[in-house]
Amino acid sequence: MNAAVRPIPYLPQVAEIVARREEAAGIFTFRLRLKDPARRAAYRFQPGQFNMLYLFGVGEVPISIVSDPEDPELIDHTIRAVGRVTEGLARLGPGDTLGLRGPFGRGWPVEQARGRDLLMVTGGLGCAPTTSAIQYALQRRDAYGRIAIAHGVKRPEDLIYGERFDSWCAAPDTQVLLTADQAGPGWRGKVGLVTVLLDELDPAMFRGMAMMCGPEVMMRGTAEELLKRGMRIEDIFISMERNMQCALGHCGNCQFGKDFVCKNGPVFPYGEVRGLMRVRGY
Amino acid sequence: MAQAALLDRTAFDFLIQTLITQGYRVLGPQARTGAIVWDEIGSADELPRGLRSEQQPGHYRLVETGSARLFDYVHGPESLKRLLFAPEESLWTVDRDGEIRFNETLPAARPTAVIGARACDIAGMLVQDRTFLAGPWSPFTDPYYAARREHLFIVAVNCTMTAPTCFCASMDTGPRTRTGFDLALTELDDGFLVETGSPAGEAIAARLPLRPASPAETQAADAAIDAAARAQVRSLDQSGIVELLFGNLEHPRWDDVASRCLSCANCVMVCPTCFCHREHDAAALDGQSSRRVRQWDACFTLEHGSVHGGPLRPQIRQRYRQWLTHKVASWIEQFGVSGCVGCGRCITWCPTGIDLTEEVAAIRAQPGLQA
Ligand SMILES: Cc1cc2nc3c(=O)[nH]c(=O)nc-3n(C[C@H](O)[C@H](O)[C@H](O)COP(=O)(O)OP(=O)(O)OC[C@H]3O[C@@H](n4cnc5c(N)ncnc54)[C@H](O)[C@@H]3O)c2cc1C
Ligand code: SF4
Ligand code: SF4
Ligand code: FES
Repeated sequence: MNAAVRPIPYLPQVAEIVARREEAAGIFTFRLRLKDPARRAAYRFQPGQFNMLYLFGVGEVPISIVSDPEDPELIDHTIRAVGRVTEGLARLGPGDTLGLRGPFGRGWPVEQARGRDLLMVTGGLGCAPTTSAIQYALQRRDAYGRIAIAHGVKRPEDLIYGERFDSWCAAPDTQVLLTADQAGPGWRGKVGLVTVLLDELDPAMFRGMAMMCGPEVMMRGTAEELLKRGMRIEDIFISMERNMQCALGHCGNCQFGKDFVCKNGPVFPYGEVRGLMRVRGY
Repeated sequence: MAQAALLDRTAFDFLIQTLITQGYRVLGPQARTGAIVWDEIGSADELPRGLRSEQQPGHYRLVETGSARLFDYVHGPESLKRLLFAPEESLWTVDRDGEIRFNETLPAARPTAVIGARACDIAGMLVQDRTFLAGPWSPFTDPYYAARREHLFIVAVNCTMTAPTCFCASMDTGPRTRTGFDLALTELDDGFLVETGSPAGEAIAARLPLRPASPAETQAADAAIDAAARAQVRSLDQSGIVELLFGNLEHPRWDDVASRCLSCANCVMVCPTCFCHREHDAAALDGQSSRRVRQWDACFTLEHGSVHGGPLRPQIRQRYRQWLTHKVASWIEQFGVSGCVGCGRCITWCPTGIDLTEEVAAIRAQPGLQA
């Protein structure tokens, strides 16, 4: 076997959980560290890229990296327990080991966005992919213009992750806007789809860059609204979700037209995917 | 090309014995349960003789012709895909003893010579190379595929017969093999015209009792291959195919084909270029170890690509459309080449005889229709 095929891209690395934090009911953050010192030293990632996390005997799932790329020896993942693998992962704690492959994919254009206003639009639960871009910008607050985070949920009780939102609210020059499709007792945000929040923004924000993650209908609706308000299509980015098994462009599960989401995404410039996002069954 | 050489029909076994003595496991065509497949052979006597395959949409049958010829059938359901990209295999194993440990399971690939690969098979393999070997089209090499690929010696056979389902001529992939082989044979009445395509092929050819081919023999071989090309009744017009199919994603023809398609995935399984697969864990009963297994999968299954617990393409119409638009259109954008090599297997092996060339032509005949 020649050296070119090593390391074997299917083979996970052993990673140790060094810390665990509860974020909300069923949502937790792992801080991971690769066991092998050479691999640990060589590991680099970009915000918006993901790892494949493997739970012993059960399976592998794609999970976004939410920590800072300047500290690549510690890798944070915020995970929501929804099924077989993620519920099993939820039972692990410090000292336990799991498998990790990555990083994979194309992340957020955080460098290209330097000096500009950022509009982050997130929908639904556990929108971890955008978190990494928000954290990245907040940790380099002076490098970016104004930051607005528009977050939509179906019902008020779906709003979790409260501390994160509170800390983002407290950051300088950062606006956090919330909306729920249906109002409920005690709800202080807006009522309606996430696009209602766009009316709350200073119109100058539409000359900045937008990064979004959430259900595809929400991202498409918001992107089209942003275009109407004058945002340039090349300034709109979305993170797509597809079934992933290999993360290498080999298994076909994440195929989206000409793209493999694992390889050409998960972050795409909206203009690249706009046409096919309209078609059901792609 | 060096001057063509001829191997007499009676000397064909020399080829097989030479391959064996040079350390190759030899896979030859075998007639099994009514179809041609590849299996290990020890001599030329084990090859089927005087068989021809009758192929039509949804129909395949081997018929005896009584002739002494070895390669008059065209191809069976199998292509080189099975030999390089295994239908099922372990990617790695893991065990735990306190902490977990991953183990490589790379197989020691055996040098294997396969006899009777057709131009479409080789074209299909060259397409899969773009998926599984790192290069301009893919960032990662699949080491399992690469190891077998490196150890495969290909004895190609140029087609002098064609099936009514074949359309390699219109895809520019056959019936003559141009590249990707070690040795290529063209069967004549008295023997086999032999061409070499690699240093490994030359090394084997040097040990064979070859004689120079006469101009008449070379011409006869060319004429037979040309006749096979001309006999093809199907074709696929590829002009503007990406725009054609992606501009007609709501064409009523997708509903029409969905009413005939059983979503059985036979077309994917026999296709030499389809690469989709799934992975799962096979945990040992003692709970201390597990195997990661990959298995061929198809975009026709509901589970393929499903997200959030629900199928991504619940309707057959969406799944057939996914298959065809990928195969003959977006594949070109992904890998710089069509995902279809014109072998016609999907037409022959579709239980309801669905014919992709007809589906593309129907949309081309009436573009812009909306369902
Ligand atoms: C590029 C990418 C990045 C991702 N990043 C993260 C991340 O940072 N954190 C995170 O928690 N998840 C993330 N996900 C989603 C995560 O991969 C899935 O939740 C996970 O694969 C579910 O696996 P499972 O075996 O636990 O659940 P399964 O057994 O596969 O599913 C169980 C049930 O959970 C539901 N479900 C599955 N996936 C989701 C989902 N994504 N959202 C809501 N419900 C779901 C389904 O309805 C299903 O019925 C990401 C996905 C992709 C493609
Ligand atoms: S799509 Fe059909 S004709 Fe084309 S290569 Fe695959 S099986 Fe052969
Ligand atoms: S086209 Fe034919 S072979 Fe393919 S899934 Fe449909 S019925 Fe099966
Ligand atoms: S996850 Fe396998 S091709 Fe993208």
